[in-house]
Amino acid sequence: MHVGLHHYLLVSIMLFCLGLLGVILRRNLLVIYMSLELMLNAANLALVSFSRFNNKLDGQVLVFFIITVAAAEVAVGLALIVALYRKRQSAHVEDLTSMKL
Amino acid sequence: MKYENLPWLILLLPLISAAVITLFTLRSKMISSLISIGAVVAGFVMTVIFVNANGIHFSGETAVSWLTIGNLQVDLGLKLDALSMMMLFVVTGVGGLIHIYSYGYMHEDESMARFFACLSLFTFSMLGIVLANNFLLMFIAWELVGVSSYLLIGFWFEKPSAGDAAKKAFITNRLGDFGFLFGILMVWGLLGSLNFSVLQAAMVANPLLLGASATVGGLLIFCGAMGKSAQFPLHVWLPDAMEGPTPVSALIHAATMVAAGVYMLCRTLFLFNHDALQFISYIGGFTALLAALMAVQQNDIKRIIAYSTLSQLGYMVMVVGLNGPTPAMFHLTTHAFFKALLFLSAGSVILGMHHEQDIWHMGGLSKKMPITFWTFTIGALALSGIPPFAGFYSKDSILAQCLDQKNYLLFSVAVFVAGLTAFYTFRLFFVVFLGKEKSDHAKHAHESPLVMTAPLIILAIFATIGGFIGIANNYGSQLTPDHETLSFGQQLLEPLKTPIPMCIGILVAVAGIFLAFVLYKNADKDPLPAKLGALATWMRDKFYFDELYEATVIRLHDFIAAVCGFIDRWILEGAIIGFIRGGTNLTGRSLRLLQTGNLQTYAFLFMFGVAVLLYFVLVK
Repeated sequence: MHVGLHHYLLVSIMLFCLGLLGVILRRNLLVIYMSLELMLNAANLALVSFSRFNNKLDGQVLVFFIITVAAAEVAVGLALIVALYRKRQSAHVEDLTSMKL
Repeated sequence: MKYENLPWLILLLPLISAAVITLFTLRSKMISSLISIGAVVAGFVMTVIFVNANGIHFSGETAVSWLTIGNLQVDLGLKLDALSMMMLFVVTGVGGLIHIYSYGYMHEDESMARFFACLSLFTFSMLGIVLANNFLLMFIAWELVGVSSYLLIGFWFEKPSAGDAAKKAFITNRLGDFGFLFGILMVWGLLGSLNFSVLQAAMVANPLLLGASATVGGLLIFCGAMGKSAQFPLHVWLPDAMEGPTPVSALIHAATMVAAGVYMLCRTLFLFNHDALQFISYIGGFTALLAALMAVQQNDIKRIIAYSTLSQLGYMVMVVGLNGPTPAMFHLTTHAFFKALLFLSAGSVILGMHHEQDIWHMGGLSKKMPITFWTFTIGALALSGIPPFAGFYSKDSILAQCLDQKNYLLFSVAVFVAGLTAFYTFRLFFVVFLGKEKSDHAKHAHESPLVMTAPLIILAIFATIGGFIGIANNYGSQLTPDHETLSFGQQLLEPLKTPIPMCIGILVAVAGIFLAFVLYKNADKDPLPAKLGALATWMRDKFYFDELYEATVIRLHDFIAAVCGFIDRWILEGAIIGFIRGGTNLTGRSLRLLQTGNLQTYAFLFMFGVAVLLYFVLVK
């Protein structure tokens, strides 16, 4: 069986949808956070495969950027979650509705 | 024209003085009063220089362009002719004397600096009316006069009656000015210009230019004069305005502001057709009669003179309506002399009596205040029309004009009023100056200082000789087309040319004085109410005009105000604004329900939006 671009993209879409479902449905902030990472990596996969099949390095350059930014973002995001947990003793999204009047 | 810029200086000096006093010297009574007096006296001197250089019989304008809107061109311009020059003399001359007198009269007052600032502002506004060469400029000055008279009448604003009187004067004047403004707009709409010379040229070329609206337009413009010159039915403000300091009464309510209406009528006489003039003359005659009757039963020294002013203004307006601008301006000028004199003498009496104004508390003042007594006597004789005083000549010219126009009704009214004038003036005279003292204040009265008596003496001189020093000549040269200039001797004997009005005039004046002598020579209280009964009460209560207006105009006004209040509060505020506010509120509240505050709902909606966008971008 020949593995083509659309196979990679299919995997990427599936990963993205899984991540999205996780973000929308799961209640625990940490899990939501992991799902977000999953979505990012789905995008990375799509970019890498485009790069491979189009014989251009632009996509891979972009991926390195995303990985770098994601690393920084994780650091900030986790810190926020920890801070939140310390304040509220909970990491569940239902408890985070104080913005609502 | 020599010294073309001098009139500008005359006009602006009082304004500068008012500004300087208000901004810098309010703390110092002395400097403020000197600045103010200096400005108006300098104005008088400059008027003399200007008239000396150019002669009085000239006609010129000096103007800078100010506004051009469409085809309306308004100049900031001054009209210089015999009429405005003579008025300049009156305003700066009589006004200057009153300024000097005020220095003595207001000496004790804490806010003397403010007083002089207002006085200067008033002088500026009045000069503006006199010198304006177009309707718009005149209207602006007209309103400024209204404002400054408001400030001056309400000078002692801590007294509620003074504040009320100031408001009454201002609002009544505004009523008249409303009509005046409409008249001005009408003239502009029909003739396309506001400049007096242009208007006059157009009207002379074609007297029917105003067409069917001539009468209405004329009457609307007359509304302005009705307010300022206090003609029936807007006469109610003038007596109340006596709440102001006495020099203000002399300046505003005798010499200048109330004369503005008559002056304006004479200035724009070419605009009025026969019907409008008829109406004006009857209003004037009626005012003269009404006010003279009211004056007979007043007991406040200033109010008597105020009603007398009303009555004399009625005279002037009446004779303007009878096509006699020259007698009107003649009487205006002599009236400025002797009425200012009477007011200032009354002020001297009031000061000598320690601010007592009821004539029945005075009496026997002739010994204690000799200068005031003699000047008042001259003023009273002039007002009554006794030869050879100034009032005799001008009043005679008015009576002669009535006969000349064959208006026998107004002639008899004028004669009757002349008799009444002599009667109430000498009623005042006998009660205040002769007889015995009727109160302790009268026993301890004292003569006023020289700074007050000197203006009285100067005014008394002019009230004596004003009839034959060429005043009528100067007005007539401009206002009456076939006027012949008279020599000094001819002026002296001028009334003899019309012996009938002269004899009748002297006769009724003497009769009035005699009647007053019989009734009031030694009276302790007024004998008239017993003789006249209800009529005297009516006269004393001013024929209930204030009460009538209270019941009709003010009620109506309150009703309209209540309706407006209802509309504002319930319809505008309640319904319209309430609807908009409530609608916004409701929309906001319902939209807020969409904001769940749940992170995951937002994420879902976000994704849903992206999916919809993608669908439209990629698939369609």
